[in-house]
Amino acid sequence: MRIVDAEVLTESVAKLCWEACYYLPDDVLAGFKRAEKTEASPIGKSILQQLMENAEEAKTNHMPYCHDTGMAVVFVEIGQDVHIIGGNYLDCIQEGVRTGYREGYLRKSVVGDPLLRVNTGDNTPAVVHTEIVPGDQIKITVLPKGGGSENMSAMKFLLPGEGVEGVKNFVLQTIKDAGGKACPPVVVGVGIGGSFDKVTSLAKHAVLREIGVHHPDPHIAELEKELLEAINNTGIGPQGLGGTSTALWVPIETFACHITALPVAVNIQCHAARKKTIVI
Amino acid sequence: MPEYRLQTPITKEDIKKLKIGDTVSLTGTIFMARDAAHKRMVELLENNKPLPVELKGEVIFYAGPCPPKPGQVIGPVAPTTAFRMDPYAPAMYEYGVVGTIGKGPRRDMVKDACKKHGAVSFAAIGGLSTILSRRVKAVQVVAYEDLGPEAIRRLEVQDFPLLVAYDSNGDDLYQQEIAKYENFNQKTNKGAV
Repeated sequence: MRIVDAEVLTESVAKLCWEACYYLPDDVLAGFKRAEKTEASPIGKSILQQLMENAEEAKTNHMPYCHDTGMAVVFVEIGQDVHIIGGNYLDCIQEGVRTGYREGYLRKSVVGDPLLRVNTGDNTPAVVHTEIVPGDQIKITVLPKGGGSENMSAMKFLLPGEGVEGVKNFVLQTIKDAGGKACPPVVVGVGIGGSFDKVTSLAKHAVLREIGVHHPDPHIAELEKELLEAINNTGIGPQGLGGTSTALWVPIETFACHITALPVAVNIQCHAARKKTIVI
Repeated sequence: MPEYRLQTPITKEDIKKLKIGDTVSLTGTIFMARDAAHKRMVELLENNKPLPVELKGEVIFYAGPCPPKPGQVIGPVAPTTAFRMDPYAPAMYEYGVVGTIGKGPRRDMVKDACKKHGAVSFAAIGGLSTILSRRVKAVQVVAYEDLGPEAIRRLEVQDFPLLVAYDSNGDDLYQQEIAKYENFNQKTNKGAV
């Protein structure tokens, strides 16, 4: 058994919050570069160039790439041989988010009650997903999720007979409805299968996959390619101002499901596709 | 496409000459307000009460910044999704706002309001927050301080880069441009992107 001090979790989460917001991951920057090379619209091309400049400036000056530093979604995989001491696990994660958003000068974008809508002032609570896995390590990923793209996400139960065509139509319609509102070029996280709760979780987890990496199952990888092409044929383009680069990637995650069901979820990630991971 | 350098307040004549796709480099005073502030302001207008800030003839920037680091005028800032302010926009244009700055497409109610009241809706690039924050030279919270990042702020901007997305003719840049690139690769036979 390995002992980990709760304070280490707090410090790690705090650092992940601002690092994620300041430094856009390399796979996203590479995605911008590829899109900029092929973009057919002059407006779209100029937008992509400006986004790359913005990422460079944010990195150099240690500033958030986008002002919407999101609601923090924290994914934690805890090895079953780890024992956390010195504090309540969930409190430590929330304290890490509180510290990270304060010390990183990140925007506080969370209201405490969804109907009364008073800003909590410290960007907590974060959404925390915890999984127990084999081993004696803790893997933490912080995904600061912006509101514009999250708002355009969608879920639907298709009839099993609607099959792959039904899935394609639903994903495409979701992207068309989102248009420029989701801040393209986007990453389109898709979940297929599972239950009502599981399918949205799959879509969210899909967003964490590195751009350029396909699903290991050939028929799912094929669907990813087809959807990417179809989405980039919508004409929506960067910022919805027309063009051929609407999506940078379409990662799909799947799970078994009930004989009656074919659930599909689409979690849209804007071009500020921030994520940062640490293994303790 | 024409490029204009405009100074606030933007005159009605200037608004009339702006067409979708024109780029505008804006210098002067603009006001930052988003969801929560709009809800309050439109309630005041509906009850014939004065707004906490005079906004007749002004431009509203739909945004909420990050807090500034020591030595910064303002933290990173860029427009938020304009669509969410659509239900409030016609009342604000009717009141006398001449322009709004947001990101993403808007509903017909906004196009109609721009045409009816001789106003425009500008697009700035969503998420271009580090770069855009450098165009802000001064900032002051002027109302609804309790709303934190959603408070109304008066900004002095210099050469703030904008695109005319909806003009006073009721034209729509999003619709026009997307149509050009739908199935673009099949149209030009250029192969997959």
